[in-house]
Amino acid sequence: MAQTQNSTLNTQNSILEVRGLKKYFPIYSGLFAQRVEGWVRAVDDISFSIRRGETLGLVGESGCGKTTTGRCILQLDRPTAGEVLFEGQNLARMADAALRPLRRQMQIVFQDPYSSLNPRMTIGQILSEPIRVHRISPDGRRYEDRVAELLSVVGLNPLMAGRYPHELSGGQRQRVGIARALALEPKFIVCDEPISALDVSIQAQILNLLEELQERFGLTYLFIAHDLSVVRHISDRIVVMYLGKVVEIADRQELYENPLHPYTKALLSAVPIPDPLVEAKRERVVLGGEVPSPLNPPHGCIFHSRCPIAVEECSQRVPEIREVRPNHRAACIRV
Amino acid sequence: MADLLEVRDLRTYLHTSHGVVKAVDGVSYSVAPGQTVALVGESGCGKTMSALSIMRLVPKPQGSIVGGEIIFAGRDLLTLKDEEMRRIRGAEIAMIFQEPMSSLNPVLTIGRQITETLEAHSAVSKEEARERALELLRLVGIPDPVQRLSEYPHQFSGGMRQRVMIAIALSCKPKLILADEPTTALDVTIQAQILELVRDLTQKFGVALMIITHNLGVVARYADRVNVMYAGKIIESAGAREIYENPRHPYTLGLLRSVPRLDQPRKAKLDPIEGQPPDLWNLPQGCSFLPRCRFAVGKCGQEVPPLREAGDSHRSACWVAETLQQQTVLSS
Repeated sequence: MAQTQNSTLNTQNSILEVRGLKKYFPIYSGLFAQRVEGWVRAVDDISFSIRRGETLGLVGESGCGKTTTGRCILQLDRPTAGEVLFEGQNLARMADAALRPLRRQMQIVFQDPYSSLNPRMTIGQILSEPIRVHRISPDGRRYEDRVAELLSVVGLNPLMAGRYPHELSGGQRQRVGIARALALEPKFIVCDEPISALDVSIQAQILNLLEELQERFGLTYLFIAHDLSVVRHISDRIVVMYLGKVVEIADRQELYENPLHPYTKALLSAVPIPDPLVEAKRERVVLGGEVPSPLNPPHGCIFHSRCPIAVEECSQRVPEIREVRPNHRAACIRV
Repeated sequence: MADLLEVRDLRTYLHTSHGVVKAVDGVSYSVAPGQTVALVGESGCGKTMSALSIMRLVPKPQGSIVGGEIIFAGRDLLTLKDEEMRRIRGAEIAMIFQEPMSSLNPVLTIGRQITETLEAHSAVSKEEARERALELLRLVGIPDPVQRLSEYPHQFSGGMRQRVMIAIALSCKPKLILADEPTTALDVTIQAQILELVRDLTQKFGVALMIITHNLGVVARYADRVNVMYAGKIIESAGAREIYENPRHPYTLGLLRSVPRLDQPRKAKLDPIEGQPPDLWNLPQGCSFLPRCRFAVGKCGQEVPPLREAGDSHRSACWVAETLQQQTVLSS
């Protein structure tokens, strides 16, 4: 196995390691003679690891690079630079053909259950397709049996196999999306905003289902979301991203009890609490301005243009992410 | 004080190829001048249709208002001629939509879209309209307003577009603003900015506000009164503090309990509302919430519970509203 030498983390424990990951998308100009005019730094030099069996929450606002990070891990987008080590193997350098058998072990659940299921396929066809593609004959049984099993695992009636996606509600469709991810018995699943498109009354059902499945099949999740209350509920550790960079990483409880980075603090304070009495007493840090363009990010600390505690130095020097408290890293010179 | 808006037994039906859907099925509520009222419910519960009915913008030909009254400032909007209604829309009642990209015209400058409203509703010169547009952009916190006035919607971010929508809504000094999921399409930090802005401005100008949302959390900080809708009906209505503290309908209770809360210790397991959202083509007999309700009694499957008093200025459409609180304690 391609084990890199500078590995400081215990790879026994971590199923996945991301090191110095970068993904830049080119901006072209001109209609015919296309030339690259600039780069969108969607993900800009991030590192973290995911332990076997845990849920790592990845939070940030739209455009912060959290979805791109998920896609780069699965090699759905090829990284510009950096390493993605899945059980010690660097996926970023692997050829497509070599990747294919590994893809069985890494799956994804998408945000929108409306556009991620083929409307012309029955639920049964959708669920048996990955099994057919990977030519896994589950214990010599018929595909139909496996499909029925998958459906009941996610809490759907096996008779749903004959239906089409449009006949299902949003919550039921997301269950199908989850069943499809489970079809190949993966070890690791990227959940990309899996409940954001669902009705409030259904969100808790899906969260509970994801937790049950994790326990039952020993799954590891990368849970991408923008809602910090949901992320706190489901994650063991949390990574906060802003404009393509990781600004803070900590265990769940530590992050919510002692948030260090001013961006994390602002995110936490923006989460509404369904109780007028609590809200009346609550101080809100309302961030000014908006997320700058990743085409032209601010110099120095990427957050300094919106930061309530920024000083002169912040606009000159890029803060290193460092361990400020035990197992709690933040990229801010003011903490 | 007399109510600014009073909706009485409103019925808006949609005629689809699968049959008639009672999107709004006998809904009554009121909004006092300057008050902020939230209309909460899931997708398909009829909350948007109810707002569009007030504006008389129900999509035709499928949709039609088949009954009820909408009394606004003493007049029944449903009896007005189209021409009279047009003078009210935008001038006395304004609307802010969810998707600021698709609700602004992509080929008109931001300035033109504001002045258009002003010129349609008041006798202002082009110069005056432009001055007023500038003032409005400043008011909603858009930096560099002179420059921004001649830009197009695609040059604005989502949050900035929503600020423009707010500027347009305020332009003719309306008495009531209907905001349909005004922050759902925006990022968390921008949501907070926009909601604070809407609150400050509606308070400053004494405008009444109806916020339509699916998220009970969003409105806790802003609403004076909350109406909860389910399957085309209002199933609970109370003052904001009261409804969060003392919900009297199993659906409201379920919504409040199913969401993880940052201010409380993390729960090992969430407590969801079971089952699927209602199928409006095929509602059960009796109470629409029955198939998902854990407090149901025999009567629930036979008679539709009416919205009735369940406390001080608190109404609930549930046969067991009175005992719900004790049962909650027992079940938890």
